[in-house]
Amino acid sequence: MAMKIHDNISMSLAKPDDLVLSLKLKWATGAASIGLGLLILALANIQLPQSNIILIISMLLLSFGVILFSHALYRNHISSNKNNGIWYNSITSRGLQGWMLGLVLTSFYIVLYFYPNLLGLGLNGQENTGLIHLFDALSLNLNGHNATQWFVYGTLYTLAILLFGYKFMLKYQKNRYQQLRTLSVMFFQLGFAFLIPELMSKLNSESSQLPYYDLKNIWPLNYAQFEQGRVDGFLNGSSLGMLLLAFSILSVFVISPILTYKYGKRWYCSWVCGCGGLAETAGDSFRHLSSKTLKSWKVERWLIHVVLVFVILMTVAVISTYLETDALQYWLTRDAFLVLIGALLTVVFSLTMIFKRKELAQDAQYAAIGFFVLILSLLGFHFFSIGSELFFIDAETLRSSYGFFIGSIFSGVIGVGMYPILGSRVWCRFGCPMAAVLGFQQRLFSKFRITTNGGQCISCGNCSTFCEMGIDVRAYAQKGENIVRSSCVGCGICADVCPRGVLKLENVSIIEGLNFPKIRKETKE
Amino acid sequence: MSEEHVIIIGNGISGITVARHIRKLSDKKITVISNESNYFFSRTALMYIYMGHMKFENTKPYEDWFWEKNNIELKLGSVQSVDALSKTVCLGNDESISYDKLIIASGSKPIKIGWPGQDLIGVQGFYHLEDLHALEKNAPDNIKCKRAVIVGGGLIGIELAEMLQSRHIPVTLLVRENSFWNTTLTDGESAMLNRHITAQGIDLRLGVSLKEIHGDNLGNVKSVTILETKEEIQCNLVALTIGVTPNVDFLADSTIAINRGVLTNRYFETSVKDIYAIGDCAEQQLPIENRNTIEATWYTGRIMGQTLANTICGNKTEYNPGHWFNSAKFMDIEYQTYGIVNVQPAENHSHFYWKHDDDTMSLTFEYNKNSGEFQGINSLGIRLRHEVIDRWLNEKRDLEYVLHHLNKANFDAEFSRKYEKEIFNLYKSKVEL
Ligand SMILES: Cc1cc2nc3c(=O)[nH]c(=O)nc-3n(C[C@H](O)[C@H](O)[C@H](O)COP(=O)(O)OP(=O)(O)OC[C@H]3O[C@@H](n4cnc5c(N)ncnc54)[C@H](O)[C@@H]3O)c2cc1C
Ligand code: SF4
Ligand code: SF4
Repeated sequence: MAMKIHDNISMSLAKPDDLVLSLKLKWATGAASIGLGLLILALANIQLPQSNIILIISMLLLSFGVILFSHALYRNHISSNKNNGIWYNSITSRGLQGWMLGLVLTSFYIVLYFYPNLLGLGLNGQENTGLIHLFDALSLNLNGHNATQWFVYGTLYTLAILLFGYKFMLKYQKNRYQQLRTLSVMFFQLGFAFLIPELMSKLNSESSQLPYYDLKNIWPLNYAQFEQGRVDGFLNGSSLGMLLLAFSILSVFVISPILTYKYGKRWYCSWVCGCGGLAETAGDSFRHLSSKTLKSWKVERWLIHVVLVFVILMTVAVISTYLETDALQYWLTRDAFLVLIGALLTVVFSLTMIFKRKELAQDAQYAAIGFFVLILSLLGFHFFSIGSELFFIDAETLRSSYGFFIGSIFSGVIGVGMYPILGSRVWCRFGCPMAAVLGFQQRLFSKFRITTNGGQCISCGNCSTFCEMGIDVRAYAQKGENIVRSSCVGCGICADVCPRGVLKLENVSIIEGLNFPKIRKETKE
Repeated sequence: MSEEHVIIIGNGISGITVARHIRKLSDKKITVISNESNYFFSRTALMYIYMGHMKFENTKPYEDWFWEKNNIELKLGSVQSVDALSKTVCLGNDESISYDKLIIASGSKPIKIGWPGQDLIGVQGFYHLEDLHALEKNAPDNIKCKRAVIVGGGLIGIELAEMLQSRHIPVTLLVRENSFWNTTLTDGESAMLNRHITAQGIDLRLGVSLKEIHGDNLGNVKSVTILETKEEIQCNLVALTIGVTPNVDFLADSTIAINRGVLTNRYFETSVKDIYAIGDCAEQQLPIENRNTIEATWYTGRIMGQTLANTICGNKTEYNPGHWFNSAKFMDIEYQTYGIVNVQPAENHSHFYWKHDDDTMSLTFEYNKNSGEFQGINSLGIRLRHEVIDRWLNEKRDLEYVLHHLNKANFDAEFSRKYEKEIFNLYKSKVEL
């Protein structure tokens, strides 16, 4: 018997749905371009009347564009196939458009960090012009001051996370893990990174000057956290200031290890952090560009740990300088501080070596080298320092070079500017010292892992391709091994794109993990 | 004494797995011959290249340096014949290589059953890398290919439908059965997939088969006629995906015993000493429990490769694949199966079936009516934990136990909605009736 289930299939060339779709995409692109165009006009210093209204219009157009675009692509789109043609699209496959976008982004960062006057920042008390002037009204409302380049950047950054976050949530609408963590990232960016600090600085008075403070921005990602100016700000900022200082120390040594133990580093990297937030939302279309070669893994491990050692040294140097020069102001002396840090490092290093030697077989060398560099430097600080000259290095030089090379060039210019070339998490993978610390914890004592589902893997490689951290997930999955990698940020995309249901992010107790009987899968290589 | 030379014909999952494991266990000289690609790639990922999710590069599970580093020689070439007497394999242009042990892992090829017009331009199967290249030529977009007709509603057919649709090419899918894949799935499951496939915009024709393919005067396909309805459908691509069969023609003149595939025992030994066969091309002389004698799946190829490596390296090991499992994906709906679920329950067996209201998820449990013993499960749209189900099968748990502990077997992403309670309540309500 022959039967035909469906007879209203249009035989025409393009289905009517496709026409509507492309029309929507056109409108979306148009609106967003006008919105962006207005910002560019302002940038070109073309005098726009009613700058605050122009800003609102521009933002509305941008939002409208991105939202419509996302709707057209993902809403009511029955198929959950999300990455169709991603390697054919010039912008997402390192084509000409991808390189051009990379160029625009890196130039933007260079101007932002080093030539803010080009954005219209009024120098020496002059009025802002151009793009920055466009944001003056908004800034005045929020924090009581005229806009700076950082305010402009912060606003655009937050807007990007919100809009592309919305797109991301639509794209992964069938996956509640993705939806919740994206909501979380959007919330932390808007509230903690943007609104609260702006409003806090409005509350500051002559007598209490709290530093601009994003509570969730933890040292060492926030490398300037313990600089004298900030610490003094906290100390002088009455009891609230003390509380904040205590919180910022606790979050490094207590809160974040506990959370990482329970959930893996994803609690921060994929649920809270703003750098991760931008990578996951605005960077989502570029995640597959990360390199999966063994070579890049080697580069990654060197680079990220060098940055970590650098940031520890720099911070210690900076703190010990002000402890020394302004000794009367603080209850901690420089030498006591150095001993404290040295002891802490030694305890961490010995515990690791005693209990986790096996897991660390390959990395033990790196760890040992890093440890000894640090200890020698501490000794150096102790014996060879006079005033702000530490160990023949000026702490301020150390600080400013860190700020320049790591804080600006690496995290901004390369980290975001290179999204379309190197993938979305370049900074998180190769540079972020916070990721190094959390990754270390994740590798050594976290309950988090990605479980591989028995023998179901078909080695297709979707997981590896879409891992933004460049982890070759398939290499583990096809052997039936669970994945415990320090760099895994727990974004969960590998599990989402796997067509065979092979991967699951889990926080298992170690006992439970061992309890599964062995079934047929490949043995270890 | 120089090391034994092991030649492997075929660099698919079976050939590569056996090569890697022989290397782990020994220093034998290993040569892998393939007529398809320089390096091992994942056949299961071919579809994602066409869909633009991956580049060919991404489908290679090992980086190119891996083989040299592990001293596994890769050779591009086509084995024309095997001479078991002189222990040599013969490649084209008079090159022959001698072996001490030969492993045949030549995989499958698409079945063609002699339809009129099956050699026209634009008619193709989908199995090898070259088929992907052909598809890229025959159906690059919906301007060149205004409609595609896929013949055969199997796993490859449905993948092709999804692929073509990703490029907005209208697809007609001809399925001989009265419901999609109902030779393997139960009626309820198959019916749900019919609805899903149709809802995705595929022109699904059930209970029909291909009569003839017509070409234009340039030799390009232009239409097909359906046997049952005589209807003619205009199209620019005809994909023949009614199934695969062992790719063993090159062995026809050899002394190796062949039925459909190369016949082997449970040690993968063929009728000729020092020649073995694994993967899609191998056929077990005697069925193992109720498994098929030819198993054309990824996982079995992998397990066979690992098993045979032990035998080759002196630790004779029997093929013992454990409980059956498999998985697939039908457009958006993932499918997993563990143990045995028959289309109609076997004698003394029964099915317990749950389907979610949204028509994208279902579970079918087969169990023994008398003892209650759990036999196997089919899952659509829900991920299950292999380890746990395998354990339950080993422990011969009964259905009620399984349903009671079903949450332990859930493998969906965190925060996913759970249906175990609903399922258990349905079961209770049925028992009480
Ligand atoms: C599109 C598609 C999707 C699939 N999806 C799944 C899935 O999701 N799950 C699953 O379990 N299975 C799936 N399969 C089936 C799975 O890919 C096969 O079972 C598996 O690849 C078989 O592996 P093999 O090593 O035995 O053979 P093959 O992978 O076929 O490898 C054999 C190799 O030998 C070469 N060869 C053959 N003859 C010669 C010769 N004379 N000289 C030199 N070389 C020769 C062939 O060219 C080929 O490269 C899929 C298959 C296809 C085509
Ligand atoms: S391994 Fe998976 S969860 Fe971890 S970072 Fe990569 S894609 Fe994300
Ligand atoms: S996506 Fe899934 S099936 Fe494919 S290689 Fe990764 S784990 Fe295996």
